[in-house]
Amino acid sequence: MQAAQRLGFLLLVTPLLLWLGLLIIIPHVDMFLVSLRERVGVGEYATSLANYRSFIDEPLYLMTFARTAVMSVMATALTLLIGFPVAYYIAKMARGRVRSALFLLCLVPFWVSELVRTFGWMILLRETGLFSSVLQWAGLADAPVEMLYNDAAIMVGLVYTSMLFMVVPLITTLDSLDDAVIEAGYDLGGSGPSILREIVIPHAMPGIVSGSIVVFMLSLGNYLTPIMLGGKDSLWFTELIYSQFIVRFNWELGAAFGFMLLILSSVIVWGTLRVTGQTLEKTMG
Amino acid sequence: MIPTIPQSRLIKVTYTAYVVLFFTYLALPLTVVAVFAFNDSQFPSLPWEGFTWDWFFGEEQPKIGVFHERPILRAIGTSALVGLCVSALSVAVGTTNAFLFNRYQFRGRGLLYVLMLTPLVIPGIVLGISILVFSSTVANAAWDAVEWDITALRPGLVLVILGQFSFITTIATLVIAARLQKFDRTLEEAALNLGAGHLTAVRTITIPYLMPALIGAFVVAFLMSFENFNTTLMLVGSDAPLTIAMFDRLKEGSTPLLNAVSLLLMVGSSLLALVMIAFQRR
Amino acid sequence: MTQPDLACTHLTKRFGDTTAVDDVSFEVPPGSFFSILGPSGCGKTTIMRMIAGFLAPSDGDIRIKGHSVLDVPPNKRPVNMVFQHLALFPMMNIADNIGYGLRRKGLPKPEITAKVGEVLERIGLPDIGTRRVEELSGGQKQRVAIARCMVLEPDVLLLDEPLGALDLKLREHMKIELKALQAAFDTTFVYITHDQSEALVMSDTVAVMNAGRFEQMGAARDLYYRPETAFVAGFVGDSNRWRGRVESVDGDALRLRSDSGLALLGSRHGRALSDGTTADIYVRPEAIRLGHTPGDVAHFDNRLSGTVTSLLFNGAASRILMRPIEGSEEIEVALPQSGEFAHLERGSAVHVGWSSDQGNCFAAGSV
Repeated sequence: MQAAQRLGFLLLVTPLLLWLGLLIIIPHVDMFLVSLRERVGVGEYATSLANYRSFIDEPLYLMTFARTAVMSVMATALTLLIGFPVAYYIAKMARGRVRSALFLLCLVPFWVSELVRTFGWMILLRETGLFSSVLQWAGLADAPVEMLYNDAAIMVGLVYTSMLFMVVPLITTLDSLDDAVIEAGYDLGGSGPSILREIVIPHAMPGIVSGSIVVFMLSLGNYLTPIMLGGKDSLWFTELIYSQFIVRFNWELGAAFGFMLLILSSVIVWGTLRVTGQTLEKTMG
Repeated sequence: MIPTIPQSRLIKVTYTAYVVLFFTYLALPLTVVAVFAFNDSQFPSLPWEGFTWDWFFGEEQPKIGVFHERPILRAIGTSALVGLCVSALSVAVGTTNAFLFNRYQFRGRGLLYVLMLTPLVIPGIVLGISILVFSSTVANAAWDAVEWDITALRPGLVLVILGQFSFITTIATLVIAARLQKFDRTLEEAALNLGAGHLTAVRTITIPYLMPALIGAFVVAFLMSFENFNTTLMLVGSDAPLTIAMFDRLKEGSTPLLNAVSLLLMVGSSLLALVMIAFQRR
Repeated sequence: MTQPDLACTHLTKRFGDTTAVDDVSFEVPPGSFFSILGPSGCGKTTIMRMIAGFLAPSDGDIRIKGHSVLDVPPNKRPVNMVFQHLALFPMMNIADNIGYGLRRKGLPKPEITAKVGEVLERIGLPDIGTRRVEELSGGQKQRVAIARCMVLEPDVLLLDEPLGALDLKLREHMKIELKALQAAFDTTFVYITHDQSEALVMSDTVAVMNAGRFEQMGAARDLYYRPETAFVAGFVGDSNRWRGRVESVDGDALRLRSDSGLALLGSRHGRALSDGTTADIYVRPEAIRLGHTPGDVAHFDNRLSGTVTSLLFNGAASRILMRPIEGSEEIEVALPQSGEFAHLERGSAVHVGWSSDQGNCFAAGSV
């Protein structure tokens, strides 16, 4: 019996270790080692921090890095602000069929590829696009209006693309809040805003945190939306990584960039968890 | 703010209007993509030149429809193949993971659980490059040691599959573990009590109970694989899956052909999702 | 007469075609414990939610200390509610839970702390302020939920089956404690329940509710011994029930021939019942006297002889089932605990009797 248990354990733990070891841990360690390499001659390398130094010394790299971080935080905040009322409506206001229909409607856009969604925004926003045509038709503009290729367009696309990952965890946590608790809040003299502040938001915190983390990650690591909707000078950090790897073939610098992105995301995720008193297991698992 | 609390009309109307506005925002991009697939024009934009099926069935230049455009059809095939491999792999590993975390208490369990979750918080593009870097390290080492070129470790479908598998497995694990968590273990004990062996009990009782989650995980994994872009972009070789192929086309300029492909994708994934929901309901 | 704390007049609530509460009127005097007792779905929760402000009545008025509160939103009404599952705020500790309403009133912090401490003292849990909700036992949560309302000094406290989730022993204990808390706070309690023993033990006045209407309102003893309707007779306490035809009526006394052929004497207690109508007669098991010989029960005007078919031992509430020779239905009879019948067995011959005054008669089909 004991031996059988041991065997079962080994059989189950092996795939996990292989997966995590060969595809997650070792590749990231290797990426880190590569990022510490400096090419000193043909096929000759030395260990140094040269790649990180050039990251810090080159203003374009640092600027892009900061811009990506700030805009991802903004996109996350916007997604939360826009999504929360909708999630609350679906979880607490809508009933029965309307409720399941709305929930399903929320999911639909995310069953199709991000590429298709981005393509949709291009059709809407570009100079020859639908919005421009409508504005001209309505007489609000006398020439085609270009709404694509700027930071606002990136923001619209990022918020759109990650909405599901905010709304679904919010609905799940809000749904678990008993109506009687909200009624008790009113019964004891609470008003809408105070109940939102003291009861609803504290209860929804795990959902808010997990939604925010996922949305932040998706925005930070997004490549399609910034490149398709953004302008020439609205660089995204993932574009730098891509160009170092695929265009310049400078893997050492690319790996350093990748590692910086990983550090940034880890720090922000860890910080969010600490500040809100949540854990990764609780919010994600 | 729940229906049992009296509210002023103005607040109710404003709130409802907001929700309607939100769903318009959700629906708008997809609607225009779908509508312009039928525009009889070279570009997916106004003015409306009339209705046509050419972007699906057209046979000659300049309007070659999806069903006669070989590269796109091949890319769909590639995506489907990758998707099936990734789903099968990640559901298999997801199931063993779920059983491991559900049934065994061991040292390092907490650490392994957190590690299991980390792929969710690693940007997809970083996952892609780390696997790219590592596989080429291994391939170079193999070449240096025994002059053996392992083509599977060079950018291509195998790496795409591994790259997608590396994070989709986490999702599959969570979906399956959630259902396994609700499983009443006394059912298994009852099966043992009625004369089944351990494996038989799991096969005849636990796995059928898990079936909706297994199917759900498979479909979700397939959809995620099919629409994955970031990880795939870094690992792709000469055989491009659909999203990459469409991306390359889109960079050259958009034509309603892309709208037609997109519409097919929407219909396909909606059908798949509906099938999954039907399965979960049963 | 002093002004009632709570008065409902012609209160009605319709949901579409169904009438959940149908023209109910009642008054609750200050400091009293008022219960609404009824089966689930009878409309009692609807009444409570209308008083609290979570439902608007279709018709009628609700006045608290003489003022109509129909236009007052729930967060401004001078009533507070203990919810069925208590609805303690899991995101706050106990002190913050109790202080919630005080914070809404904008009281200064030191005053809130003082009041919370004082009320925790009164419910006998002085040191639990910093604990979390899930750390408390069922009975402690109960007391905290009441304290959370009482600290606001409401005119009326509403309690929505708050004991339902507790286990039997604790429920028995909390009944006594609730009554004591009500006396200590000297506040008007309106309590709804489907458990008759809760209502009977704690209340000054009980209203029995069925299908949206009040069947009877009165002291527990009146409901039990002098039910005014067949529903009350059947719902409150246990009864033996026979259906039959009224053969003769003489003042309050009447004679009934049951469908199974028994001749029974009962009383109509002022209700309209005449010869030839079909009626039900209700007799409580403890109103029936058990005897070894016919002589033991000779002084009763209803007498039956038969054999014991079952012994239902349940401590102080033990009973027997006996089958009379003349009829087929079994009769439930309370088993006296004096030891006199300790040797009774299945098949023993017994004689039973009760006074016709104990047989409450109602027109059939009036339930």
